[in-house]
Amino acid sequence: MPGLWPYLLVAPTVLGAAYLLLYPLLRSVVISFQHFRTGELIRGGAAFVGLENYQEVLGSGEFWSVVWRTLLWTAVNVVLIMVISTLVALMIARLRKRLRLAVMSGLVLTWATPVLAATTIFQWLFQSRLGVVNWLLATLGLESFRSYTWFADGTSTFVILVVLVVWQSVPFAALTLYAALTTIPAELYESARIDGATGWQIFRNVTFPILRPLFGLITSLEVIWVFKCFAQIWAISRGGPDGATTTLPVYAFQVAQSLHKYDLGAAISTLTVLILVAALITHLRRMLRHEGDQL
Amino acid sequence: MRLRRLPLTLAALSVLIVSVFPVYWMVLTAFKPTRDIQADTPTFWPSHPTLDHFATAISADGFGLFWRNSLLVTVSAVLAAMAVALLAAFAVARMRWRGRRGFILMVFIAQMAPWEALLISMFIIARDTGMLDKLSMLSLIYFMTTLPFTIVTLRGFLAAIPPELEEAAQMDGASRVVAFRRVVFPLLAPGLMSTSLFGFITAWNEFAFANALIIKNQDDRTLPVWLSSFSNIFGTDWGATMAAATLFMLPVLLIFLVLQRRVTSGFTAGAIKG
Repeated sequence: MPGLWPYLLVAPTVLGAAYLLLYPLLRSVVISFQHFRTGELIRGGAAFVGLENYQEVLGSGEFWSVVWRTLLWTAVNVVLIMVISTLVALMIARLRKRLRLAVMSGLVLTWATPVLAATTIFQWLFQSRLGVVNWLLATLGLESFRSYTWFADGTSTFVILVVLVVWQSVPFAALTLYAALTTIPAELYESARIDGATGWQIFRNVTFPILRPLFGLITSLEVIWVFKCFAQIWAISRGGPDGATTTLPVYAFQVAQSLHKYDLGAAISTLTVLILVAALITHLRRMLRHEGDQL
Repeated sequence: MRLRRLPLTLAALSVLIVSVFPVYWMVLTAFKPTRDIQADTPTFWPSHPTLDHFATAISADGFGLFWRNSLLVTVSAVLAAMAVALLAAFAVARMRWRGRRGFILMVFIAQMAPWEALLISMFIIARDTGMLDKLSMLSLIYFMTTLPFTIVTLRGFLAAIPPELEEAAQMDGASRVVAFRRVVFPLLAPGLMSTSLFGFITAWNEFAFANALIIKNQDDRTLPVWLSSFSNIFGTDWGATMAAATLFMLPVLLIFLVLQRRVTSGFTAGAIKG
């Protein structure tokens, strides 16, 4: 009988994943091949229409502009997050104890801020008449920012969302990179310095090669998080104004919830997952193989 | 020497200010009288602190109800995830069986599941099964979103406890269940604690599903969704809005304070050790 025990122990997990993860995933794919609008939602009996939904989605100019916007959104955020996090991590490593503790506590505070609290705070910071950001810019002499309405303009809303997501994401990446930096033996730096290497050469030839696997891991995690980011965008702009902040997850939700075109929304969701998997496939394979080796 | 460190110190101070200021500004606004909030020149120090805005936020329609909803959904999801994960983690960390490797890979993949892409099918499934506008549906989803992470961390903590301890207890005549409850469980308690707190934070903050699945029955909303519609509730009363945001953040902040002291060392060690 002992042979059966492990399977009984993992059974609840497997059943939960089957019903709450695998089934919704398959259902989403199935719906993307059906005609599924309000009528089918109420009465049921959706008919299969083959690739029609995909043809409609891929044939619309709107979809492609959303795809490009999503790629831009992901690239800008991830590059900023990685560059700033690396600089912050290198900076923390050079600080004296008290200041280091203060900076790290500050980062943890940012990290602990719930997404919805952060979106509300940022709407207040960038409020047009009473917001502290406009006051600061106007005080610094940029008079055009007095009572500037950030959320009425597509580009400036996009910029605020980037600032928000970078602000929220840097703590995790910076603290993880810093923790890894502390594991690099000091002798390596010393010998490099004796050989006359400059700061940049040391980073490129000593620090970066050692941290490369971790850089890869953090970058892929950030790509996933930023690419599928929904709550921040929905809470602040709902994809607006004029669609300027509509990324793929927001677009799929809009098409399904506001236009009641569940079939097209499901097709967009499926394409979103495919794009994400395609972008990360080589890295995911390496990561899973690595995890597999550790078992 | 001091002068040479100046750029570094300045950089550190600006990072500190940028990371702390938004939260400080939220708390400060929540305590400022409306007169100061609407002043042309903002004040950066609480000169006349007031609790008025907290009173407004707490007496807002349904505030207590949404707190109760959020707590109910979060706690039930985390407890269920702990119970189910503990069983699975034990099977993975302590037993050898066919399919174990595949199971672990499945858990890792589930950890990266693109939940946002399932919003639409979850909505339709909930509607078909009469679970739309039900808090129990949210509980189920949060249970599943926190489960993979919980299994991975608990497995790490379990692996760090030497199996010889249980074996010794079993040789003294205890059954496997008794050995686990008396010997392993007490050692696992800190791990269970920190893992559940991280799960709590994830579920407490969740917005996308709460927003998509609770539509008609507004009394069943959770705090994040309620907070996202602050302009409908408080209009331009930024003091009350910031007080509401502060109250929403409070439990998360308390958890981080507890975690930081007790767990950072144990947590990472437990999570990394396979």
